[in-house]
Amino acid sequence: MGVKVYGPPTFTSTARVIAALEEMGADYEVVPIDFAAGEHKHPAHLARNPFGQVPAFEDGDLMLFESRAIARYVARKHKSSGPDLLREGNLQESAMVDLWLEVESQQYNPIISSIVYECLISPIYGGVPDRKLIDANVEKLGKLLDLYEDRLSKTKFLAGDFFSLADLNHMPYSQYFMATPHASLFESRPHVKAWWEDLSSRPAVRKTTAGMPKSG
Amino acid sequence: MGVKVYGATMSTCTARVLLCLEEMGAEYELVPIDFSTGEHKQPAHLARNPFGQVPAFEDGALILYESRAIARYILRKYKSSGGDLLKEGSLEESAMVDLWLEVESQQFNPAIGPIFYQIFIFPRFGNVPDQAVIDTNLEKLCKVLDVYEARLSKTKYLAGDFFSLADLSHVPLLHYFMATPHASVVNSRPHVKAWWEGVSSRPACKKVTAAMPASA
Repeated sequence: MGVKVYGPPTFTSTARVIAALEEMGADYEVVPIDFAAGEHKHPAHLARNPFGQVPAFEDGDLMLFESRAIARYVARKHKSSGPDLLREGNLQESAMVDLWLEVESQQYNPIISSIVYECLISPIYGGVPDRKLIDANVEKLGKLLDLYEDRLSKTKFLAGDFFSLADLNHMPYSQYFMATPHASLFESRPHVKAWWEDLSSRPAVRKTTAGMPKSG
Repeated sequence: MGVKVYGATMSTCTARVLLCLEEMGAEYELVPIDFSTGEHKQPAHLARNPFGQVPAFEDGALILYESRAIARYILRKYKSSGGDLLKEGSLEESAMVDLWLEVESQQFNPAIGPIFYQIFIFPRFGNVPDQAVIDTNLEKLCKVLDVYEARLSKTKYLAGDFFSLADLSHVPLLHYFMATPHASVVNSRPHVKAWWEGVSSRPACKKVTAAMPASA
């Protein structure tokens, strides 16, 4: 029996899990959660994710939430039949995967999610983009991407010369970011640009982004 | 040869790494980084941690940063002599450890971090804590702690009935928080209170927090 992912496939956090499932060639079913109807705050969903967020994940009796934890589980579970995205058998390689997973989580995510929210998501609900906030975050992102440019000039992927979950976890917000007016931040940095082109053209990623409309 | 941790005993992120080393009974050397002279932004330290933050970590030729990644590395490396705080040998148990690690990182830390910053860090620069920031984040933290209370009424520790990195990762910020008047939000939740008393009284936790003076 395949696993279930509860959440809208357009949401970055749900897409993060779908991308991992696709990379590992796993069977899965997406069960939509209707945010407009407040379904994410109903008891049935709160029983799956007590924070009332998406995604939630079900594999038999195992219920999980937090997309980055689910992605790790998926990568670990299917390791023998799919690519090794975590490298847990190698102390040094797994350390580099974990390091760049944390950079995504602690450094990249707060900045890029704010830009995407202000530029693409808030306007859908009638919000006016906060220019000051966008500008401040664009500046921070530029400095962060300089670090990525430096790293990717030395290694093909973030954790080393091998593709890993660290690269994949960057995909959802980056996909939407490239639809904002600030995509030049990637395009002006040749190694970041090449890394993004490589990542976004992976079959598993294309399949995931097909469910993510360009304008958010 | 033991490993080196570059940081400061009072720094919450450095403490996260020291806690892991102490739990594992591993040998290490703490190399102090002097924030008052801007040492963290100088080339020698930037070469270890390009974000100019602490901690950085050195094990022979391997240099790491991001405390949560370093923590995983330490626990993996010393597992056979120090104990299993990640449970990577069990799909279900490791999933629960990873889930609660993400809850710490994505739900708990963003709520408690700003409170810690306002009370302990802000005043060092001659500023008065912003009560509005504290109040807003206390409200968020209470909602997060309600989820913890529900969880800890079912399991002894966060990931299950076994102690893990998920519990340990909460220690640094909670140690400081419990010295503030807001400790009542923990103490009024009986299972969270009992969990905290158990975790904070572990020998490794007592040793590391003894070097973290919590007078605000």
